[in-house]
Formats: sequence, structure tokens, C-alpha cells
Amino acid sequence: MRKYKSIRAFRDQISFLIDRKAFKYHVLFFFFLGLVFLLSAGMGEQSFSPWKTFNILLGNGSNFESMVVESFRMPRILISILVGIGLAVAGAIMQAILRNPLASPDVTGITGGASVAVVLFLAIFSNESNALTVSVHWMPLAAFIGATIVAICLYLLSWKNGLSPFRLVLVGIGLWALTKALTNLFMILGPIHQAAQANVWITGSVYGANWSNVQILAPITVLLLLITLIMTRHLNIQELGEDIALGVGARIERQRLGLLILCTAFIGSAVAFAGGVGFVGLMAPHIARKLVGSSFGNLLPLSAMIGAILVLLADTIGRTVFLPIEVPAGVFTAVIGAPYFIYLLYRQRNA
Amino acid sequence: MHVLETQNLTLSYGEQIILDQLNLTIPYGKITVLIGSNGCGKSTLLRSMARLLKPLSGSILLDGKMMSKLPTKEIAQKLAILPQGPVSPEGLTVLQLVKQGRYPYQKWFKQWSSKDEAIVHHALQSTGMTELSDRLVDSLSGGQRQRAWIAMTLAQDTDTILLDEPTTYLDLTHQIEVLDLLFELNEKDNRTVVMVLHDINLACRYAHYMIAVKDKAVYAQGKPEDIINSELVKGVFNLDCIVVPDPVFETPMCVPYGKGRVMNGVKKDVVHVHSR
Repeated sequence: MRKYKSIRAFRDQISFLIDRKAFKYHVLFFFFLGLVFLLSAGMGEQSFSPWKTFNILLGNGSNFESMVVESFRMPRILISILVGIGLAVAGAIMQAILRNPLASPDVTGITGGASVAVVLFLAIFSNESNALTVSVHWMPLAAFIGATIVAICLYLLSWKNGLSPFRLVLVGIGLWALTKALTNLFMILGPIHQAAQANVWITGSVYGANWSNVQILAPITVLLLLITLIMTRHLNIQELGEDIALGVGARIERQRLGLLILCTAFIGSAVAFAGGVGFVGLMAPHIARKLVGSSFGNLLPLSAMIGAILVLLADTIGRTVFLPIEVPAGVFTAVIGAPYFIYLLYRQRNA
Repeated sequence: MHVLETQNLTLSYGEQIILDQLNLTIPYGKITVLIGSNGCGKSTLLRSMARLLKPLSGSILLDGKMMSKLPTKEIAQKLAILPQGPVSPEGLTVLQLVKQGRYPYQKWFKQWSSKDEAIVHHALQSTGMTELSDRLVDSLSGGQRQRAWIAMTLAQDTDTILLDEPTTYLDLTHQIEVLDLLFELNEKDNRTVVMVLHDINLACRYAHYMIAVKDKAVYAQGKPEDIINSELVKGVFNLDCIVVPDPVFETPMCVPYGKGRVMNGVKKDVVHVHSR
């Protein structure tokens, strides 16, 4: 059997090349995600088998059962999936721009920028009795603004006759440290209970996700994904290096700016609803790359699914294994992610 | 017909002028080799001719049109460049790499037309990479890898190909392999090839035209057999040598003096030549 399949329509006006092996991985991971989805929807204080859960979702459960699954668990599951997708795709984009498999939105401070903004938001818009004076719906916007400010700083500080990936990494690490320091500062300055609240959020948790969150995040994620798919071949060219990209006629400065904005939008929206769930942006694209190689047409969708699986698994474990205590999803992604990062560093050292 | 010309071209890195007021015409359908000592600006010149580097002043003409005024994708359909030592990302197959040479012709919904496929396959074939097209680029030998990159530039389907030191880091066998390939591309398809080479003897063998760069200017240009002699080598590289005909091809061959073991106890006298 041939390894590729050409898809063509309208006299080649629409034409793509499909890699069969990558396609198989996509199908495999899609089913895996479906399985985790059913398991997660069925697990909790009230547990159902995956088959039972499937039936409940089809509408064949009691009122109580469908309330537990659809009203309580479903928004949280969907937010986990959407956040996972956003973080993973943002990570993949970042790795292409910086041409470094260790690059991720965490390390370049963009996630940190969102965190600072949220801590500030909690500090500014709270009254004496610790209630928010504005709607919590504004928090995502704050996170997005924070991520954007850091991304703009990153862009301006790295700019010198163009945008070099090397300077982006160095400036990014500086910004990361700065956002970390600012977050701590604002947490210390604020009241103690708020610090606790902020800390859960910074670690990354989808606790308290509801349907209106899903209604905001789902269309944003779909829109951003569509834009990313259109940008795929620019990502591929960026990965070959600046000279090659310029040589084949890519307008790399413009594309880099566009991709950085895209990355920020993904991060901002994901962090806004789930906080700084760490290492997903690093791990998911890296695992996907190991499986299907670095052509972005294959890499992006698979990264997205792996990211979704990672966050969903982390949250499911966090809310079921240690009952009645809830452990934020970010704790688990960090528990797997940090050793993974060290392993990657170790491998790079040997390379 | 795609002709490459420079007009009063001045190139610089920051404040430092690298090449000053250069007027050059690259012959069409020939192999042109740029030579010169390290850091003389030959690579800089090549890169600027491929619009990878903006000139400080002056201009580069492609088909008589100012390159700076042409859309970059239009240039990419006429002229391809292979920079020095390109690095492919982990886990990319040869086909995936070569396919990206079609970038200037693609749209996001039109990424693999029949024409793309035909040209990519032709590129793989002429570089002898068809059998290796599913291998990962990082698993190939140096020579194969360079052939894969050349296939990518061929997929761009341009009349002119610029290459910056395509033989660097390759052993002699693979150097010949790559240069033979470029020679054939020129012979068969009449493509214009412009490259920077370090090995002056190989350069003399393959080049129809040679440009020697020294002190921010062109020191000499012309057919190798017309310009390469011991005076030129002394002037450009500050090296004492004698130039003899290559025993196989009769093209000029430079034999340096310097130190070394002497067979039969006889060493020819050093004839010192003074640079012009």
C-alpha cells in the first residue's frame, strides 16, 4: 500500500497530500480521546460505567443521572478538552517560530503574563469582604490582556533588524522570571485568602467551569484552529529556517507576527478559563512529533488531541482519586511535565 | 530568460562595508563560481543576489527588473537559493522536505496539484532521491542530505539556482557527487547555477565562469582557463603556487608550495610571484 494519498478536487484547485500513517494515529487518538471522555463523564462521587455513560448522553438515563453527567461534569470536561487543545497548538506554533523543541508558551512568559493579570484582577476588583466587585466573566479578558502585553514586550524587546528566534528565547526567559516575580509580589500584597484563591488558579484548574464558559471558549478555539490550519504551510516553512523561508518567498516577519498573535490568543483564552496548566504546550507537540514527524499538517491536529487528553486525564484524576479533596489539574500535568522537560534537556545535552 | 545583474551594489554588515560598488553580470545558462578567501564577502554577495540580505545601496536586477520591487514569491519562481548548512527539523521525511520547494506556487487549499506532484517527483529523480523519499532527512548521510536539499530547490522549478558552499562538510566522494549533479542540471535543463566553492581546483573543473572577490571588489572574472594563474592565486589567496593543467580534464589546477615531505630528495624551486 502506498504511504500517501493525494486528494484533489476542482481541477487541482483544492489539493492535499495525506500521510496514511499519520492518519491512522489521528483515528487512534480520536478514539482514545473518546474513551477518556466517557470515563471522565462517568467518574466521580456517582460513578457510571462507560457504556452507561454513553447511554445517559444519548438521553437514556434518569433525570438525576443526566443532571450529574450533563450539567455538572460535561462543561468541565469540554473546558478541559478546549484548554488542552489551545495549550498544545500554542506550544506547537511556538516551537516552529523558535525552531526549538524546548520552547513553549510557559518558558517565554506568555502564560505568566496571563497569571499576573489575573492576580492583579483579583486584587483590584475585590472589596473588603473579599467579594468581587465586577463580574468574574471579565477575568478571561484580563488574562488575555496580560498574555498580550507580555507577547508585545517579547516582540519589541527581541526586535533588532528582524526577529531572531535566539533573542526571542532569551528575552522570553527573562520575561518569564519577571512575570513570576510580579505574580508573587501581588499575591503577597493582597489579602491572604485571595492568595490561596489565586494560587489554585495559577496552578491551573478547571474547577467551576460552566456551560457559559464553554459557550465563550468553544467558538474562540474553533476559529483559532481554522486560522492555524490556514497558516500550516507557513509554519512548515518557518521550521526550515529563516534563509530557506525567505528563499522560497515567505514573508517571514509578517508571518512570525501573525503566528505570535495566534499563539497569544490561544494561550490567553486557555489560561483565562483554566489558569496556568503547565507543560501541556511542551509535552503534547513533542509527543505528537515523535509519532508523526514534524510536518505541521500532521503535527497540529495530533498535538491538539494529545493536549486535550492530557488536560482531561489530569483533571479527571484530580477530581476523583483524592476525594473529597480536589487537586488542580495543573498539579498532575506538572508532575508528568517537569520530569519530561528534564528528560528532554538531558537528551539535548547528549545530542 | 532570467539574467542576474548587479548595479553599483554596495553590501554591508552594520557599518562595515563588505563589497563596494559592484557591477556584475551572471552569464545565463552557465555555471558560475565565486571564489575568494574566507570573509571576503563572496557568500554575502550570493545571499544578496537571492534577496536574503538588503543592499546598503545599488540594486540587483532579475530580467532587467529591480529585485527590490518584485514580489518575493515571483522571485522565488525564478530563482532558488540553497544557503550554507541548512538544518532540517527532527522527523521530516525527504518527500515532506522536497514538497516545500513548491511553496511559492501553493495556496492553503491548493497544496498538492498534479503539477506539484510531477515536479517534486522529477526533482527527486534527478537528484537520485526517489528511493529515499520516505526516509527521514536526519537519518541520511551528508551527501544524501545535501542532495535532498538540492531536490527541494529544484522543486521550486526555477531557471537559476544559487548555492552557498554546497560541498562544505562533505567528503571528497560526496563533493564530486553533488558537483556532478549540479553539472548535469546545467547540461540537461540549461539551468543557470551560481555557487560559492572553496576548492579552487574543483571550481576550475566545473565552472564555465569564475568571479574572484578580494578587498571589497571583483579581482578578476572570466573563464577559469583565462584567469586562473599563479599571480591570481597569490593576489586573491596570498598563496604561492604553480598552476598546471589538470591531468584528467586539462582545466587549470593549482599546486601550492608551502612545506611537506619531498619525494626523491628534489623539491622544485619556489617562484615568488608578486601580487598585482
